[in-house]
Amino acid sequence: MANSISEILGSAAAIAKGMSVTLKEMMSPTVTEDYPDAPAKFQERYRGVHVLQRDEAGLEKCVACFLCAAACPSNCIYIEADENTEKKRISGGERYASVYNIDYSRCIFCGFCVEACPTDAITHGHQFEIASYNTSTLIYRKEQMLVNIAPNVKAPALPVETTGGH
Amino acid sequence: MIEFWLIPVVMMLVIVGLFPPIAGYIVLVERKVLADMQVRLGPMRVGPHGLLQPLADALKLLLKEDIIPRDSDKGIFYVAPILSMFTAFVAFGVVPFSEQFRIADVNVGLLVISALGSVGILGIVLGGWSSNSHYPLLGALRSSAQLVSYELAMGLGLVCGVMSAGTLSMVQIVRNQQTQGVWYVFDNWGAMAPAFLIFFIAAVAETNRSPFDLPEAESELVAGFHTEYSGFRWALYMLAEYGNIFVVSAVSVTLFWGGWLRPFPSVGWLEVPLNYGVPFLLFAGPGIASIVLLAPKLKYAPHRYGMLVVGGALTLVGAILLIPAVNAVAAAPFWFLLKVAFFLYVMIWFRGTFPRYRYDQLMDIGWKVLIPLGLGTIALNAVVGMI
Repeated sequence: MANSISEILGSAAAIAKGMSVTLKEMMSPTVTEDYPDAPAKFQERYRGVHVLQRDEAGLEKCVACFLCAAACPSNCIYIEADENTEKKRISGGERYASVYNIDYSRCIFCGFCVEACPTDAITHGHQFEIASYNTSTLIYRKEQMLVNIAPNVKAPALPVETTGGH
Repeated sequence: MIEFWLIPVVMMLVIVGLFPPIAGYIVLVERKVLADMQVRLGPMRVGPHGLLQPLADALKLLLKEDIIPRDSDKGIFYVAPILSMFTAFVAFGVVPFSEQFRIADVNVGLLVISALGSVGILGIVLGGWSSNSHYPLLGALRSSAQLVSYELAMGLGLVCGVMSAGTLSMVQIVRNQQTQGVWYVFDNWGAMAPAFLIFFIAAVAETNRSPFDLPEAESELVAGFHTEYSGFRWALYMLAEYGNIFVVSAVSVTLFWGGWLRPFPSVGWLEVPLNYGVPFLLFAGPGIASIVLLAPKLKYAPHRYGMLVVGGALTLVGAILLIPAVNAVAAAPFWFLLKVAFFLYVMIWFRGTFPRYRYDQLMDIGWKVLIPLGLGTIALNAVVGMI
């Protein structure tokens, strides 16, 4: 008799415990994100579409060393290098990338290019909505990936030449 | 003379007309609450925060193909879901929403509900049997065994309440709780609480709700007795299930939790804070919260305006309930529905918490635990009630 009563009380306690767990979970915030109605949340190190960085003076960090293209396992980075001159200074180094294309129909977002870059010019951003019905639009040019000049930095001595149509 | 039939007829039309959409929204609440318990969002796409989901579901069910298996017993196949829904809806006839808002005050109201519950099993058994298919048959067999055994325990729980009330009339039961000054769940120095628990557990099993949802155990039996049903016939079964849940909650509220009475009905000074404050807070609070907190976050303009309308409507209802003339009539049904809503929530809570019982465990609980306990509580309450 006493045994069965304690069994019943034990079961009741177990039931109450289980119910309290679900109630607690109900009060806690949801982990599901309301994408696309709400912005998606990312880990800081998420590897999205690349961003080409600038230095403090607003010059491009990329010095066209081709290391990223060499590191790329899917050969999706295409670079044409050009010399910086006194009159036309694009990057801080000797050369700059006059053409810098990444083919996102081939890129596997492995991050090797970012690891390879000696000047930290190429980094991963958080943009990921690049799906397209037309693969030709998936080849991103330098102008699409370059960060804007920070507003508190005055523009470089000579304005960056916008080279359209590569 | 007019009042004699006017309110019942209007109530009947209101219940028949309003219960299907209400059942739809109970389903939405169930999905939302379960989603919350599983830290998900639940339906979000149809209307603001999924508020129009029931309409979309109803439309889908109406437009679906109505499949009747070739080898089924067609006559019974047609009748079974109607039988299920018929019993669920007729049971509403004796549920008193308040002193005025009720259809019939049958002097054996509790017995009517109990009897209709038993007949309702037939809808499930016949539906499973006439489908002429393996899984529905298994589901129907399970449901007949389960419902027959839990009917007993449920009856034993009811008997305890009836002993306290001294009547089977649903209206008189509530009146007696008012005159005796106690909700029967607290009666007999707490000896009624186990009776209520036995009744409620058996009631969850009677309505085929989780964790006793073996007749429609989707992981083993596809969908149990309604596997072969589709479209609107399936919707009738769902409607019957939610009708039964509502009725069972209404019975527990009426018999054990004071029906339409507010808490402490004999304490006069509590009337204003409880009858005016609680409804206003419960309607206007979420209403204002959805206007201030939820609506601005919605990006899609129709959703934002929809949320504003919903919030405004809730606030308006809260404000209307503050009018003394309205409050005098609406406070009683408000308390009744609030209590019923609580038990509906508890049933959803059960579903979010417990895994389904195995068949032998189910039978063990029914026959070896609930029925002996029920008999024990009857004896206990009979003795304690005499003192």
